Amino acid sequence: MPFGNTHNNFKLNYKVEDEFPDLSKHNNHMAKVLTKELYGKIRDRQTPSGYTLDDVIQTGVDNPGHPFIMTVGCVAGDEESYEVFKDLLDPIISDRHGGYKPTDKHVTDLNFENLKGGDDLDPAYVLSSRVRTGRSIKGFTLPPHNSRGERRGIEKLSVEALTSLDGEFKGKYYPLKSMTDAEQDQLINDHFLFDKPVSPLLTCAGMARDWPDGRGIMHNDNKTFLVWVNEEDHLRVISMQQGGNMREVFKRFCVGLQKIEEIFKKHGHGFMWNEHLGYILTCPSNLGTGLRGGVHVKLPKLSVHAKFDEILSRLRLQKRGTGGVDTASVGGVFDISNADRLGSSEVAQVQLVVDGVKLMVEMEKKLEKGEAIDSMIPAQK
Amino acid sequence: MPFGNTHNTMKMKYASDQEYPDLSKHNNHMAKILTPAMYENLRSKETPSGFTLDDVIQTGIDNPGHPFIMTVGCVAGDEETYEVFKELLDPVIEDRHGGYKPSDKHKTDINPDNLKGGDDLDSDYVLSSRVRTGRSVRGFCLPPHCSRGERRAVEQLSIEALDSLSGDLQGKYYALKNMSDAEQQQLIDDHFLFDKPVSPLLLASGMGRDWPDARGIWHNDNKTFLVWVNEEDHLRVISMQKGGNMKEVFNRFCTGLTKIETLFKERKHEFMWNEHLGYVLTCPSNLGTGLRAGVHVKLPNLSKNAKFEDVLKKLRLQKRGTGGVDTAAVGGVFDISNADRLGFSEVELVQMVVDGVRLMVEMEKKLEKGQSIDDIMPAQK
Repeated sequence: MPFGNTHNNFKLNYKVEDEFPDLSKHNNHMAKVLTKELYGKIRDRQTPSGYTLDDVIQTGVDNPGHPFIMTVGCVAGDEESYEVFKDLLDPIISDRHGGYKPTDKHVTDLNFENLKGGDDLDPAYVLSSRVRTGRSIKGFTLPPHNSRGERRGIEKLSVEALTSLDGEFKGKYYPLKSMTDAEQDQLINDHFLFDKPVSPLLTCAGMARDWPDGRGIMHNDNKTFLVWVNEEDHLRVISMQQGGNMREVFKRFCVGLQKIEEIFKKHGHGFMWNEHLGYILTCPSNLGTGLRGGVHVKLPKLSVHAKFDEILSRLRLQKRGTGGVDTASVGGVFDISNADRLGSSEVAQVQLVVDGVKLMVEMEKKLEKGEAIDSMIPAQK
Repeated sequence: MPFGNTHNTMKMKYASDQEYPDLSKHNNHMAKILTPAMYENLRSKETPSGFTLDDVIQTGIDNPGHPFIMTVGCVAGDEETYEVFKELLDPVIEDRHGGYKPSDKHKTDINPDNLKGGDDLDSDYVLSSRVRTGRSVRGFCLPPHCSRGERRAVEQLSIEALDSLSGDLQGKYYALKNMSDAEQQQLIDDHFLFDKPVSPLLLASGMGRDWPDARGIWHNDNKTFLVWVNEEDHLRVISMQKGGNMKEVFNRFCTGLTKIETLFKERKHEFMWNEHLGYVLTCPSNLGTGLRAGVHVKLPNLSKNAKFEDVLKKLRLQKRGTGGVDTAAVGGVFDISNADRLGFSEVELVQMVVDGVRLMVEMEKKLEKGQSIDDIMPAQK
């Protein structure tokens, strides 16, 4: 593939207009921001590991649009991508993250005690609760770009760190390549395992190379705390359980995450973080907290109400199908989670989910009784 | 994506055995040949345009095996790939092309007068006849590796050359990106157009990038002569028609191809060819003639006969489903074509198809009547 600097230099023999992608049918953040002039300005750059502009944007070129969500259309290949290609990525970050400016600072708050309530979402409606985030390990390039040696290095470090956890976090690592098809299907059905990469958003960015080499899942014995290794990010950390006790889920999340961070630091490999972008992840949409806190919730009436999308927008929430991104909802059950990642803290984002879902369940109950919900429509958060 | 030489240099910091792919579950030509020692020898090399070993083999790593055919598992990114990585590709070529040695010479014969017969295959059984080949345009990288600028230049050259054809070869170019979905579907149903790239064999090697930019199809007004631009190869040249008159199909094929070659030479971009490998194409399986001559033929009885596979093998023929590579047969109708590409001339290969299909239709008729086919089993060609 042509994305190394020799081939990048080779490409410079062609004029900008000959190399500039045709984005006329595209609708993603990258396509909105990348002009021919900007392309011309930064196309000869590369990060220290050799990641180029075409590498950053390939997924957005190959995937013009998405039926359910406005995709980002670009990815980072390493920590330095966000610096070297800031001319492209800063405007995208601003567009995606509600006007976040290059000078803004991001607040991290993983103190679960700062969350108010969240232990009483109605389990007759809220079927399950989950919080996930991602972490990147300093010193390695990211999944779109890393080599097999790097990926295996990350896996090895992760296995050492994770298998040293104890108490409620004690668990086991299952490399994908040793799993039987049956085990794998079971874990997917339990919503524990990541999909084999079929989404073109991911495959076009190169993060499925060498699958399933270096990929795996660690989970605790209770299956309430999981870590995915080498999927879209180096690590995805997930806390989840049936029912509506988001408070408990978030507590486990924060405690586990901080233990993991300590262990990685002790091994000499902290997480990628800076005070402007927070935690650095592969997709610019996950910068900041990288946190998606969500529930699977039954909203058959509310979801067909004319104001549903407006309500979500005001609550700063997002809907997805129960198969995750790229799927549709089934049987009126939606995945509802925070829309924001950057510019607000972990606690603040989970608070939005807790408060917002509580309100939406009340609305659902009203609609069941044939009552109006107009008086309950919230103000913009 | 990590295939540039800067990242290749970075990868060299990892020991060879850390970077060597896990091929334990693999069954393709590359996996059979690529030992850890060979990987170590070749991993620091690159072609002048920056194509590396990992670029060559990525598709074979990502696609361990195929249900119907033994895949090659590697691709070329430019003409020089076959030289720089000969340590890997020569054995792959030998394995795939019936023992073809590095010192062997390949003969080209596109004189249709040398074909004997072929105008009388029974159209009750032989539904359609088709001959295709590929050509690469010297001076450009191949589809796994080319940039948008290069691909567009190949397209531009092709349009100029093809637009100057006349007589019964007079036709028109249809750029994929301007085609309506309806036009496109019609052309696919007519077996004229190439698929949107969904095969992981192709996608994993990078040839789906920037789709549909600079891809298109040129065809004559009669729709009996077609050229695909920038699919798996720079050019695919196809002659086809309903019924069993392979001679006529091959006549048109040779005439058209020779004219096109002249037009490209006039524009100072000859085709990639050398006396050892013949025509140089993206997939090592298509070296030599790059020719696949085949028919769609009804063989419901023969295809269920215990000797079917053996018959094909002896005749040096190959079966596919009627959707092309990667598909299954439907309704007893098979795509039967020559298995060889390299080490035989174009005329010789089409002769095998003509003679072999004639025999198989005789066998089918015998089986219909409940007769045995043992006495007409062929010797190994």
